[in-house]
Amino acid sequence: MDLDWFPLWLSMRVAALSTLISTVAGLWLAYLLANRTFRGRDALDAAVTLPLVLPPTVLGYYLLVVIGRESWFGRAWEAVWGAPLVFTWQAAVLAAVLHSAPLLIKSARAALESVDHDYERAARTLGASEWRLFVRVTLPLASRSILAAVGLAFARALGDFGVTIMVAGNIPGRTQTVAVAIYDAVESGNGAAARALVLAVSAMALGILWLANRLQARQAAR
Amino acid sequence: MISVRIQKQFAAAPGSAAFTLDLEFTAGAGVTVLFGPSGSGKTLTLECIAGFLRPGAGRIELDGRLLFDGASGVCLPPRERQCGYVFQNYALFPHMSLRANLGFAAERLPRLERHRKVQEMLERFHLEDVAGRFPHELSGGQRQRGSVARALLAAPRMVLLDEPARGLDAPLREELHEVIREVREGFQLPVVLVTHDLEECFALGDHMHVVRDGRIVQSGTPESIVEQPASLDVARLLGVYDLFPAEVRSLDPGARTSRLRMGEHELSAPYLPGKFKGDHVWVYVLPERVKAAPREGQRAGANQIPATLARTIELPRGIRLEFTNGLRAEVPREEFAAMASTREWLIEIPPGELRAL
Repeated sequence: MDLDWFPLWLSMRVAALSTLISTVAGLWLAYLLANRTFRGRDALDAAVTLPLVLPPTVLGYYLLVVIGRESWFGRAWEAVWGAPLVFTWQAAVLAAVLHSAPLLIKSARAALESVDHDYERAARTLGASEWRLFVRVTLPLASRSILAAVGLAFARALGDFGVTIMVAGNIPGRTQTVAVAIYDAVESGNGAAARALVLAVSAMALGILWLANRLQARQAAR
Repeated sequence: MISVRIQKQFAAAPGSAAFTLDLEFTAGAGVTVLFGPSGSGKTLTLECIAGFLRPGAGRIELDGRLLFDGASGVCLPPRERQCGYVFQNYALFPHMSLRANLGFAAERLPRLERHRKVQEMLERFHLEDVAGRFPHELSGGQRQRGSVARALLAAPRMVLLDEPARGLDAPLREELHEVIREVREGFQLPVVLVTHDLEECFALGDHMHVVRDGRIVQSGTPESIVEQPASLDVARLLGVYDLFPAEVRSLDPGARTSRLRMGEHELSAPYLPGKFKGDHVWVYVLPERVKAAPREGQRAGANQIPATLARTIELPRGIRLEFTNGLRAEVPREEFAAMASTREWLIEIPPGELRAL
């Protein structure tokens, strides 16, 4: 059977890159939300939760407003790279970040907050700076839960449909991710391709979930 | 040398009433004990000193360095305060070996010196054999010593201990007391210890503050406080006395004596300065200083009260007799065995042991 595996490969690449971005930015935001009190913390908390409840098409619309060819960001991008950002696989990465980062921030924040405060207090009385405390104490103690959160974010990034189709479109061989390809395959009556991709994605998601649950169970047992 | 003056208001919250912390004390080298019931503000005081909690007003000074000053807004973060803190659960980092835990406290030092200091401290607290183990592989005593050693490695100017003996069995408690004495003798630091265990105050305390409802209600050596509690409140908090209401019948300043009426009995007591005839007072006696003997038909003599035995309680070192009139006495086990069937007793309170508030 001649099956096009490109969408799966593209999705993996997009999800990996977006997870990397989500992890770096998400950990920082989770740290801010978990440890600092500042003005607008509640607003920030609401803003990072919003993508979880908004329809993906709404997110896609906002993203288009920000990175579209008419926006200042879109123009700057085009001026530097010579081509628009929308309807490229890079735009799909942004879509996946928007779709998956909120989940990561929520779980990472819970993981950071679940670390016994006495360890953090102890580190402070021992002269540790906030950075050293975070890197040497809080992060290692929460590492399993955070790794689980990263896994879930990857799985979610892998499965984005709505935001991706709004900003990256459905260009076979260029921006067609696996979720979009399955839709396409079903629409065009290509049942075999749809089934193969559906099974592949399901197996991967299941594997990630199993891993994440094991990580969290072992964290809880510590 | 630390001097502490803190005020902080806590608004009423679900499950806790409004509470005001308002206390002041100084502590030099040696062990200073904050003694009081749970919820009296002892731990909050430690948290204010360590910098986990910001007082509303006041001033905290350690060796002439200002840690907190409400008036000028100075409030150093915990890591700049140089206060070692030993947590109730020891708070050894579970993902690091004991050696790494100690190393964490000495990271400001160059590598070689750090290694030497850590080794020195491990040896001092008899931990060199278990240095490679993780906290969950250590015994309770080793965890305890490890956490004290770690606190000391950060070169603190004082050590704060938050109920370190809570939940420990007797041998571990004894071991902990040894460790704290080692800190007192070997490091010449002010040590502030929070406890609600009076025996611990006696075992360790050079000085003691009785804390109640966020205030210090009495200060002194543990011995002097038990000899002379400042108020009925303190006497009740110490929990070691029998307390009875009584009426002053007569006072003789010349002979330094007084007569007190308790129920239908009149007893001799030392002179009560500041009291007048007819005053109602609270009498306190230590049960272990009360004498009890079978009555065997005798009449009550001086400072003796006839009483009927209500029940007996086994104590580690003897038998506690409780009488129907509320008095208690302690007698040695062998002595009691010979008179276990006696119901009617004569209780004698030596005049010197009868104090009043």
